[in-house]
Amino acid sequence: MVGARIVVTPDGQEVDTKQLGFTVSPHEECAVEEAVRIVERVGGSVSVLTLGPSEASEQLRDAAALGATHLVHLKTDGREFDPIATSHAIVDAVQQLESDRGTYDLILFGNEAPDTGDYQVGIRVAHRLHRPCVAGIKNLEVSETSARARREFRGGDELFELELPCVLSVKEGINLPRYPSLPGRMRAKKAVIEEFEPSAHASAVVKEGLRVPRVTRERAEILGTGVDAVPALLALLEEIGVLS
Amino acid sequence: MSSSVLCLIETDGDAVIEASLRALSFAKSLARSSNARLIAAHVGEISGTTLATLGSFGVDDAYAITSTRLSSYAPVAWAQSLRQLLETCGATTLLAAGSDRGNEVMAHVGALSDQPMVANCFGATRVDDETVRLSRQRWAGSLIEDALLRASPSLMTVAFDGVSSERAEQPTTTHVSAFEPDLDESDLVTHVAQWTGRSAGISLADARVVVGGGRGVGSAEGFAALDELADLLGGAVGVSRAVTSLGWRPHNQQVGQTGTRIAPDLYLVSGISGATQHLAGCQSAKRVVAINTDPDAPIISRADYAVIGDLNVIIPALVAAIRERGSLTK
Repeated sequence: MVGARIVVTPDGQEVDTKQLGFTVSPHEECAVEEAVRIVERVGGSVSVLTLGPSEASEQLRDAAALGATHLVHLKTDGREFDPIATSHAIVDAVQQLESDRGTYDLILFGNEAPDTGDYQVGIRVAHRLHRPCVAGIKNLEVSETSARARREFRGGDELFELELPCVLSVKEGINLPRYPSLPGRMRAKKAVIEEFEPSAHASAVVKEGLRVPRVTRERAEILGTGVDAVPALLALLEEIGVLS
Repeated sequence: MSSSVLCLIETDGDAVIEASLRALSFAKSLARSSNARLIAAHVGEISGTTLATLGSFGVDDAYAITSTRLSSYAPVAWAQSLRQLLETCGATTLLAAGSDRGNEVMAHVGALSDQPMVANCFGATRVDDETVRLSRQRWAGSLIEDALLRASPSLMTVAFDGVSSERAEQPTTTHVSAFEPDLDESDLVTHVAQWTGRSAGISLADARVVVGGGRGVGSAEGFAALDELADLLGGAVGVSRAVTSLGWRPHNQQVGQTGTRIAPDLYLVSGISGATQHLAGCQSAKRVVAINTDPDAPIISRADYAVIGDLNVIIPALVAAIRERGSLTK
């Protein structure tokens, strides 16, 4: 979306998605890639889970193309799940899956969704599962029993040491996701998706409406073209007061 | 309705960070809407400088949360402390900056109390004891949601880009108290085990000038001129997502929705077309000056000033002009 504008439905309740394609968001794509890399190093398997309408199965297949082998879809009817409802649905599914397959050593989340930006689903899931949790992770080393997780903090670096099982939410930049291979994409097409039907809860945050903010800057004042503009640029920097 | 608004503030050295100042401005206006007291909470001692700042932002009371168990940052312990303080001071609203720590701690408070936490709010008024009417950012500010939050306590974080830090019309004398939370081992399981200080130079988030470069810079080596310009202007270099994906610059220099949100006095941006995800990270810049070969690039319509042309010619010429000016004034 280069410079795209978001369009809201006429009733002001939803984003009009008719003209849009969907994709795995950057933080989550990195979370899948990180999980696949960990399994390549220390063994195990990667399950990937999403909550969303039936179309979201495509994003599960994208994750499968990167190397996830078990796909889980918490299928909604398109209604919005708030962070509390989402975390309940995920915990219910995880507990059911773990009773069959054993405990997940690591549950990774993307740090925040690009649309709602709630910053909290991973943390809520961790509390309900009674597991430790750190957000914003940009570097991760995992051994059999523990994880060393690092993140940036005001230009420095914070290290957390956690025992497994634990929950981490990761940020873009932790890795550079691979381009899915052709065999990977072929496998993904045929992969089986395990489905759950989560129940929606009424949210205590009642949406009144969505609106697109007014853009304050309409068009720049053109200072000039090429090096001829340098004197005007210099004068501007002087006026702003950034030249010592 | 005369309950209190409690706001977590973060400090860096002796100063309250900009994101917390914005949260305080938001908190003050919410408190005013219901005749409520404004209370600040800080983990650790409150310095004289910080106290003066709190007074100028109209803070009535401040609590220094102190415990020997809080020697390093521990998100659950911070959240537990705030929950206990909420009860002690009878506040019905708890706010924090929409910073990494603010969002993290408030998410833990929400999880521990099983209450909703609304992130990235930029406007709120209290309707009644149980209801706040709020506006929050979605899509990093490209979309706005208006909503009613029906919960007690009302938990919110404050959008960095949506609020400015404004001192109160009438400064107050802030009363400080110490607050010792009751914490146990389980609250400290997750804590910072080791902290490595920032490397030399100005951090992107705090820089007053950011020199931005995108794919148009052409190569990793091409950034030398931008580095030089940033040095001359006492600023930092910021880059687009494409640049970090190409491996030209480290990821911690990325400006954007998934990188750093910047708020400099000047963002001098070149070779960046202006993808939505990048624009989301620089909408708080006071002035945007764009250099781009394409006069129709989206960044031009979002900039205050623009120069049309090749950055690889214009930036070295600008660097030379600044150096020449410097030698003339000496």
